[in-house]
Amino acid sequence: MTTTLLAVERIDSRHGLLQAVREVSLEIQEGETVALVGANGAGKTTLLRTIAGAHRPSGGRVLFAGEDVTGVPAYRRARLGIALVPEGRKLFPELTVEENLRVAAAARREGRWTVDEVLEAFPLLQPLRRKRAASLSGGEQQATAIGRALMTNPRLLLLDEVSLGLAPLAVEALYHAIEALVAGGTTILLVEQDLARAMRVAGRVICMLEGRLVLEGEAARLSREQVTDAYFGLRTGATAGGGGA
Amino acid sequence: MTWVNAVVHGILLGGYYALLATGLSLMFGVMRIINLAHGSLALVGAYMTFLVAEHADVSTYVALVPVLAGALLIGYALQRTMLERSLRSGELVPLLATFGLLIVIANVLQRAFSPDVRSLSAGSIGTASWRLTSSLTISWFDVLVLGIAIVVLVGLQLLLVHTQAGRELRATAADPDTAELLGVNSRAVYARAAAIAVATAALAGVFYAMRSNFDPSAGPTQLIYAFEAVIIGGIGSLWGTLVGGIVLGVAQTVGAQIDVQYFALAGHLVFLAVLTFRAIAQAGAFRSFGKVVA
Repeated sequence: MTTTLLAVERIDSRHGLLQAVREVSLEIQEGETVALVGANGAGKTTLLRTIAGAHRPSGGRVLFAGEDVTGVPAYRRARLGIALVPEGRKLFPELTVEENLRVAAAARREGRWTVDEVLEAFPLLQPLRRKRAASLSGGEQQATAIGRALMTNPRLLLLDEVSLGLAPLAVEALYHAIEALVAGGTTILLVEQDLARAMRVAGRVICMLEGRLVLEGEAARLSREQVTDAYFGLRTGATAGGGGA
Repeated sequence: MTWVNAVVHGILLGGYYALLATGLSLMFGVMRIINLAHGSLALVGAYMTFLVAEHADVSTYVALVPVLAGALLIGYALQRTMLERSLRSGELVPLLATFGLLIVIANVLQRAFSPDVRSLSAGSIGTASWRLTSSLTISWFDVLVLGIAIVVLVGLQLLLVHTQAGRELRATAADPDTAELLGVNSRAVYARAAAIAVATAALAGVFYAMRSNFDPSAGPTQLIYAFEAVIIGGIGSLWGTLVGGIVLGVAQTVGAQIDVQYFALAGHLVFLAVLTFRAIAQAGAFRSFGKVVA
């Protein structure tokens, strides 16, 4: 038996006049890994921020572990077990790596993840413990950002484009660590531009187009063509295999 | 020897300015609020101490204890009610709101305590001094104020670096939205910072009232001195605040040594010189940046 950890019900989210997310509904079961794909501006980041409480939706509901959290502020959601690794990493630049990690103690959640555990999961951070976050490379910063989110001992981890702007080797190392998290049973919703990578790591793929959810299915059963068609808004069937990407 | 005397007294006076400037610097560093009522809140601390000392018939030092607790509460409430709301409306609104508060405080103090000049007793330490040479004496009270300023600054530094509350404060100062994602209640953090800022202001205000006479209109002058100390020392650095306070103090006492009228003026001139130098240095940095691009 699986239990529903996250349920998003007909969420609308706006940036002023621009409607970034339109009536999106989705469910994530405990222990699942779901990839959210879509072109730039499809509303993926806004959806993730809405789930984390950093963005107020204009309509719809967010339920976490059966509880309606739509009006709950971001810091209380973090304490309930939702952690977002924001796009662009957003480390505290003047704080050291270790201090960045320790800020997450504010979530007051006990669990497996401690500073030592994070340093073990991301060995590249070990010699950097007392370095200022601003002095790190992109890959090191991203590892710190993920480690910092893990320090809240989340039940649901939201990863927003964690491989963006990283060297291929750094991306490899990062996904190695993410696969270990998946194997460890962490529930993950991740946004990823690299379709092949997203379909490899995730059990289920959700595709967004212009704020709407246009395709959803098990990664193993979806073809790459189906996803690229949905990605670019080509109608499945009529132009099957004609994505040209 | 009179010049040495002036410099030594300037350094000691700098301790007071550093204490006065700490809260102003903290609130700007954490919340980006320029609190124009800072000097007036210091004055409120002085009047509250005056009230407690008068009614409970205790020394100024004993009266300080409940007053500091009260100042913490005032700072917390001020942030939660007035400043938090004004922050939501944009950067300029807190400036206007605290300017309004400055005027309200001056009028309320005027009404409650009359415009009469008052002073707080510093006890026996207020008159005790240490005579080094015939022309150089050091007042124990001045040393006490400098010592307390250093203790407050070191204490704040330790708090910021070594405690969870301090880490949350620094993280929120850098990026409140991201701090929230990690479970930090940024509104509570802001209120804590305001509580500390108002308490240090009240402490400085009491020392000011023990050092010289005060009346309900003294707030803005103290605000200006706090500002000058913060700017000279560099915004957002606690040690910079101490250095800034000392530079301001020395400038004033050395100026007064030339002519008593130059006390405040010399401080203002040093402040302006630092501002001008910063502007030139920055313009220079931009020029060389332009060369690199070209």
